[in-house]
Amino acid sequence: MAAVSMRLPVARKAVVPSAPRGGEKHLVAPGDTITTDTGYMRGHGTYVEEEKLIASVAGAVERVNKLVCVRALKTRYNGEVGDIVVGRITEVQQKRWKVETNSRLDSVLLLSSMNLPGGELRRRSAEDELAMRDYLQEGDLISAEVQSVFSDGAVSLHTRSLKYGKLGQGVLVQVPPSLVKRQKTHFHDLPCGASVILGNNGFIWIYPTPEQKDEEAGGFITNLEPVPLSDREVISRLRNCIVALVNQKLMLFDTSILYCYEASLPHQIKDILKPEVMEEIVLETRQRLLDLEG
Amino acid sequence: MASVVLSEAEKLYIVHGVQEDLRVDGRGCEDYRCAEVETDVVSNTSGSARVKLGHTDILVGVKAEMGTPKLEKPDEGYLEFFVDCSANATPEFEGRGGEELGAEIANTLYRVFSSESSVDLKSLCINPREHCWILYVDVLLLECGGNLFDAISIAVKAALFNTRIPKVQVSEDEEGSKEIELSDDPYDCIRLNVDDVPCIVTLSKIGYRHVVDATLQEEACSLASLLISVTSKGSLTSLKKVGKGSLDPESIFEMMETGKRVGKSLHIALQKVLDEEESLGSSRQKVGFLG
Repeated sequence: MAAVSMRLPVARKAVVPSAPRGGEKHLVAPGDTITTDTGYMRGHGTYVEEEKLIASVAGAVERVNKLVCVRALKTRYNGEVGDIVVGRITEVQQKRWKVETNSRLDSVLLLSSMNLPGGELRRRSAEDELAMRDYLQEGDLISAEVQSVFSDGAVSLHTRSLKYGKLGQGVLVQVPPSLVKRQKTHFHDLPCGASVILGNNGFIWIYPTPEQKDEEAGGFITNLEPVPLSDREVISRLRNCIVALVNQKLMLFDTSILYCYEASLPHQIKDILKPEVMEEIVLETRQRLLDLEG
Repeated sequence: MASVVLSEAEKLYIVHGVQEDLRVDGRGCEDYRCAEVETDVVSNTSGSARVKLGHTDILVGVKAEMGTPKLEKPDEGYLEFFVDCSANATPEFEGRGGEELGAEIANTLYRVFSSESSVDLKSLCINPREHCWILYVDVLLLECGGNLFDAISIAVKAALFNTRIPKVQVSEDEEGSKEIELSDDPYDCIRLNVDDVPCIVTLSKIGYRHVVDATLQEEACSLASLLISVTSKGSLTSLKKVGKGSLDPESIFEMMETGKRVGKSLHIALQKVLDEEESLGSSRQKVGFLG
């Protein structure tokens, strides 16, 4: 039976912030004056006009001694060493792959930063270079860690651990990078039955939990068997929950996603994306998170 | 058309999901995404509508102008379609990149509305062979999120429903030349009957099954699609196959049946929203573009 739901648009309600934690943040919009004091050095996101320091992006003002900068709320991903990212291969070049990570420049994955099958350590030969496309092609998804950042801001990735590598079957959700909370680990096996990788660059990968955990192949063997329906339901529900959390501008981390999943259980999976259901679920999640803190 | 690149494993996941009637966002094969429809968003048009279907955003404006009828149909007015793929939708549409897609969509709309019963064109006639109303329907693609044709056809129907054509009085002079007077009252106008205006239903073949309202990711997995235009009574006005894959005649019949069924539900839902909006009248809070 076909289900078509149409409705009239409703003006978005402003999300009321919960009790401010850690002091008030000074939020500015482009064109707002930050300060008229000329003693400050201007950092990123600001410019000087008529002796006033004006913000050029929308975000929070950060002050470090004499340096004033504005950290934008919605930007492209700015790489930092040690971040976990999920990226998509866009090009296969001579000794490296170009990876799209939602940043200003394509990231780079050098052949020498990639694990070889079986974890062997040897110098990469010409045969390895010719076999690059056999392993990673255009369109493939990988999980990797940021090794270094070039001077122009481009990020260099590495997959030098067996937990990184090519990703198999699953669902990718793209969210603004500033909504992904920085945590100790970004690989989570959720108790509801699926696993999730929260990339710092805003790419979230949801996949069915692999059965054998002892041998991690590093992504060289892709499991092409059909995923069972029960796992699919969990993955679809998680995906919709993440979309709901992003819509209501809540930070994404394993606890918030789990609480949102539990709050969404009474509803059907496809109903989670309806505006009123989204609000209700996220409100409940927010309440539970506040209770957890307080 | 805007497209995303997917890995082979992702495509496999989507195809298997469709096989089991559970798509990535939890919908069944015949479910539409939640759509938002608003009419009368552009003030200097005769009728306008905006439709948001998931990430697809379409704006349609209808302007009624007076002109001479076509030679082969002297007692009818006609519709002219123009589709603008704005660069806001996707960087591929920058410059002249969107022209090909725009022309394809416009040609499809001409085909869909080519049936005589879709719009009562005789009501658009003022003076046979001399004056008639020409409805210029302009479609603007604001965002491309998959399933363009369906969203555009819904928006066109909503805009035509919203169109108000001023009433004219034809008076004859002593010399025999006709004078046309527009009534002064801005609310004195004729509305179009959109009961028979068809809506396009796109059925994309993924694996062995077909889905309705495909997202960009699902479109990347489908090799062939069928565009069916269905009226509210369930009759087909046009059929078009797109994509580089092939379709079995059996599956075409199945898809047509699905299309008719889904099309009827689509019309019912759309009419309900349009009637609801109409009944709210001026008390409706207009959302527009800043909501």
